[in-house]
Amino acid sequence: MHVNLFIPCFVDQLYPQTAFNMIKVLKKAGCTVHYNTEQTCCGQPAYNAGYWDECRSVAEKFVHDFEGNQYIVAPSGSCIGFVRNYYGKILENDGHEKEMRHQQLPVYEFTEFLITVLNVEDIGAAFKASAVYHDACGALRECGIKEAPRKLLRHVKGLQLIEAPDCEVCCGFGGTFAVKFEPISIGMGEQKVLNAIEMGAEYIISTDLSCLLHLDGYIRKHKLALKTIHIADVLSAT
Amino acid sequence: MHEQEKLFQEESRVKATDLEHRRKINYSLMQSDLAFQKGKNAFPDLESARKRAKNIKWETIEHLNKYLLEFEKKFTERGGKVIWAENPQQVLDAVLQICKQKQAKSVVKSKSMVTEEIHLNPFLSRHGIEVVETDLGEYIQQLSGEAPYHMVAPSMHKSREEVARLFHDKLNAPPGLAPEELTLFTRQILRQKYVDADIGITGVNFLLADIGAVAVTENEGNARLCTSFPKTHIAITGIEKILPSVNDLALFWPLLATHGSGQQVTVYNTIFSGARKENETDGPEDMYVILLDNGRTNILADVTARESLFCIRCGACLNVCPVFKNIGGHTYNATYGGPIGSVITPYLSGLKSYKHLSYASSLCGVCTQVCPVHINLHELLLYNRNKSVKAHCGSRSEKIGWLLWKKACLNRAMMNMTNGRIKNFMIKLLFRKSWGDNRSLPDFAPKTFNELWKATGQ
Repeated sequence: MHVNLFIPCFVDQLYPQTAFNMIKVLKKAGCTVHYNTEQTCCGQPAYNAGYWDECRSVAEKFVHDFEGNQYIVAPSGSCIGFVRNYYGKILENDGHEKEMRHQQLPVYEFTEFLITVLNVEDIGAAFKASAVYHDACGALRECGIKEAPRKLLRHVKGLQLIEAPDCEVCCGFGGTFAVKFEPISIGMGEQKVLNAIEMGAEYIISTDLSCLLHLDGYIRKHKLALKTIHIADVLSAT
Repeated sequence: MHEQEKLFQEESRVKATDLEHRRKINYSLMQSDLAFQKGKNAFPDLESARKRAKNIKWETIEHLNKYLLEFEKKFTERGGKVIWAENPQQVLDAVLQICKQKQAKSVVKSKSMVTEEIHLNPFLSRHGIEVVETDLGEYIQQLSGEAPYHMVAPSMHKSREEVARLFHDKLNAPPGLAPEELTLFTRQILRQKYVDADIGITGVNFLLADIGAVAVTENEGNARLCTSFPKTHIAITGIEKILPSVNDLALFWPLLATHGSGQQVTVYNTIFSGARKENETDGPEDMYVILLDNGRTNILADVTARESLFCIRCGACLNVCPVFKNIGGHTYNATYGGPIGSVITPYLSGLKSYKHLSYASSLCGVCTQVCPVHINLHELLLYNRNKSVKAHCGSRSEKIGWLLWKKACLNRAMMNMTNGRIKNFMIKLLFRKSWGDNRSLPDFAPKTFNELWKATGQ
């Protein structure tokens, strides 16, 4: 299976290792990977801030960079949900509409790709820890991803997966929300973190590093006994 | 920063860090959620019910003029009086005129958010007319001089101890009464108020076009008492509360009850079709329905935002909203809080003053997921943000920031410029303050994935 990687901007800048771990898993699952070095961002940050014209230019570039690819895979439900659900709307006024309607870009979130396209549940990973899984809003509500990451995590040797009652509650990141309304964002993140600790988790696992960078920021600042980890990092561990 | 936004920022910091507030709200809303999770099982196919409800509301709002006129015609044919009001002042004037005509000294009221919107109570008090809220939650709020905290559960932020203290302080009730005792105590006071009142004012849950009637939903029986003892009944409503037919209640009553409180159907559902006729023994002598616009036609005029008029005020989006859970209902400083309030308030009270509410959301989308009439709430918040940018409400530095962002995103080489250390320095410079004291900033990698990929020659 030939896969085209989309490495979201913040993964590119902050967490390159997670991208490499995703590649490791995809290769292990029998894929060959390609990466277009011209790629940058899906455009979501500007869209969410209300700057739709700025977003449109970047979305056009994205379409240009990825057009014609069969499988586009990214370690982020948020970016994938955005491309999938909003591009039709954003590009509708510039001649891309017809094209988009007929041929939506075949974008997949990493765990969704493993489960629905590759049909792989056990990737042969081992990770000795207890963890809660956090349903990132983009993955859960924009992409409808609920079972895929859990299926994969259940096959990880040594991992004790705890189902938290607040697994579907937003972490409080929300892009510019995190800086525009810092106290609310912190209040939301704090509760996710404290609940995870109370559940006896050593890790919070998620499909989205944007949630995790916010939660990790809170954890590190308060020197708490909890870590965050992306699901690709877990699945690549042996 | 606009005055309203400043207030919001200050109050949200107070509330989001108030752990006792958090505990009470989380507890209350967990109860709501449990009730809803259980109650929704009564629908064999909730998704279809929601879709049908959305379609009915869509058809109604698209032909709002037709249905409102149909309602007026049917209702007036039976002797009811319809008053059209463009703004709050027109409602207040109309109510005062009726009060004067009837020489009214006292008014009893059942729960109504529209009357909160127009600040009816202080207005009547200023004119020497006593107004008594008869919904227990609203009565508590009236006693404490606060606006309702939540559109369905107005005093959910108060513990039973706080209410007992309030009743002791304000009404000289024995100290430390239990909830049941407090209810009995209130009941004794209110019974006399119903008997003495000259006018009963209610809200409206649904206007029914085909039969020209008003449907009111409640759990305490107080709306029935408000409309049976006083000689005059005034129902006040926003123009969007209309349904084509009485038959639509078969869907909307259970949908509202389940999403509002987890009940299959609310305890008391009454259809008021007008004043008492000559051969009838019960009912008021006069019935008025006041139809209020107050910015709703601004929403109607906007093809995208229009669907926010489908709202049946069940409060479900507030109950699930993590922002509401952290800041509570009063922080919004608007009649309607929570996600639906953040969507409509800029249209009702001005984009410049209330645009910040559209940004005060993490866009998690759980409101959209729960809405019984499928209002695309989080996308409407995004739409409002764009509207606010188009109206040049954003700051200059923000505008320049996004232009620079665009430049970087259109040029891969720019994203690989400098190194992690310099980026960390820059990000600290830009965001240390807004990222706050409660979080560490993330660290940039020394090299981007892009650079590393190229370097390894993959």
